[in-house]
Amino acid sequence: MSTVAENEEKTSKAIPGQPSRLSRYVAAFVPPVILGAAVIGLWYYITFGVLAEKRRFLLRPIHSVIDIGFLDGDNRSESLNALWSSTEVALIGLSISIGLGFVLAILMSQAKFLERAIFPYMVTLQAIPILAIVPLISFWFGTGQTSRVVVCVIISLFPIIVNTLFGLQSAEKGMHDLFTLHHANRFTRLRKLMFPAALPAIFAGLRISAGLSVIGAIVGDFFFGKGEAGIGQMLKKHANRLQGEELLACVILSSALGVMVFWIFGVIQNKAVGRWHEANSATT
Amino acid sequence: MNTNLNTSSSLKFNDIGMIFPDGTEALRNISFELSKGEFVTIVGPSGCGKSTLLKIASGLLEPTNGSVEVDRERLGYVFQDATLLPWRTVSKNVELLAELHGTDSHERKRLVKESIELVGLEGFENHYPKSLSGGMKMRCSLARSLTLKPPVFLFDEPFGAVDEITREHLNEETQQLFKQEGFAGLFITHSISEAVFMSTKVLVMSARPGRIVAEFDIPFEYPRKPDLRFSADFAELCGKVSVELRGSHS
Repeated sequence: MSTVAENEEKTSKAIPGQPSRLSRYVAAFVPPVILGAAVIGLWYYITFGVLAEKRRFLLRPIHSVIDIGFLDGDNRSESLNALWSSTEVALIGLSISIGLGFVLAILMSQAKFLERAIFPYMVTLQAIPILAIVPLISFWFGTGQTSRVVVCVIISLFPIIVNTLFGLQSAEKGMHDLFTLHHANRFTRLRKLMFPAALPAIFAGLRISAGLSVIGAIVGDFFFGKGEAGIGQMLKKHANRLQGEELLACVILSSALGVMVFWIFGVIQNKAVGRWHEANSATT
Repeated sequence: MNTNLNTSSSLKFNDIGMIFPDGTEALRNISFELSKGEFVTIVGPSGCGKSTLLKIASGLLEPTNGSVEVDRERLGYVFQDATLLPWRTVSKNVELLAELHGTDSHERKRLVKESIELVGLEGFENHYPKSLSGGMKMRCSLARSLTLKPPVFLFDEPFGAVDEITREHLNEETQQLFKQEGFAGLFITHSISEAVFMSTKVLVMSARPGRIVAEFDIPFEYPRKPDLRFSADFAELCGKVSVELRGSHS
């Protein structure tokens, strides 16, 4: 018996002709670096080549954005405080979404009638333009942190529910049959079959929701515009005062926050499912 | 359904009939039994209800007519797909059923080690299914059922998706396991040579509704050597089964 297994082992080891680690890194990093350089080039061209001097406030050159937006001590501490405030809101909102989303998805996965009952309302909640309920939210919850968190939750809840539910329902019928044959109860089936099978989809949802929670935190802050200043309020203030450098610095910070949460969840996803998930191994 | 057994047979079908809710009649008047030391293979055209019969035997489906007598506590069942859980390593997959049956962890480890050795997967304990070949996945799936020490082992066309050479190896290994472990085996396939090579008895099932239309006792001694496949007696038996199968198909 072992001879067959050994032969099979040989063929499953590293395939010759595979590109080396270094050349794979080069292939991964060179294209975005080239594109990034081209964008910076275009940026300078627009600032100095297209815009007349008195209209140059519309797009400040990149070095002065760095100089004024990031290297100036006062501006920097103000922006970083705002960034922290928004991060805090996004994390609280995302945590609530994850908790609430998991509970609702698990309930829906356990009984078809619950899925039928809850799902339409989730779609409705998702479909409401956030602008339309901002006045209502400030009416109910005031204009402080609570309201920003509520906006975050409303924006980021849906992808978690949909992906978790889809994941929980993704285990193959044959696997369910196996658990049925061996008299697994509901809880065992959830824990040993449905939940692990759902992990790749759950992480896909988490990455989307993490990005959305950052948007929610900034949008909420932008509209309510009161209380501890977050990135949203900074954006509004700098835009009103035509402070191009500071405004661009805040835009860069907020997108960096979005990229960072996306990346963090990507890393967690790799740790959790990278070893076994088919689709995952290709991207790592 | 009666799960008490009379002493002689391990699995007994009593006049099984199956009509699905959409009106499709899958099985009609199926009656046979198999005992310890018997390996019965059912060959039949695709869609004749072979798999349905195994689902009925295992309790996954209730027949619309008749009854099954079998002890379902420790039923070995290998599906068409290996149905390995992709997030579990080979040894954790093999451990699953013992886990579901509440076996204590020390005993589980012992059973896992033993079963993995039986199917020749030593050295692959920590591999995930995605890095296994089709044949190795099936071995892992066999090992998973072997941990139960099943008195009755159901095989639902398990080697249909692997290549010819691997399939022949797996056939040889399966009949070794059958002799070693002494279970009563019920195997489903549409490969005649696979059926004749492994079994003590081959049943031919007709196209829908599935009925048993012929029965062949296979006299070859165990353990059966690979070159049995090239003997005249083997070819003759395969020929006879083939004629019946063709007859049932028309």
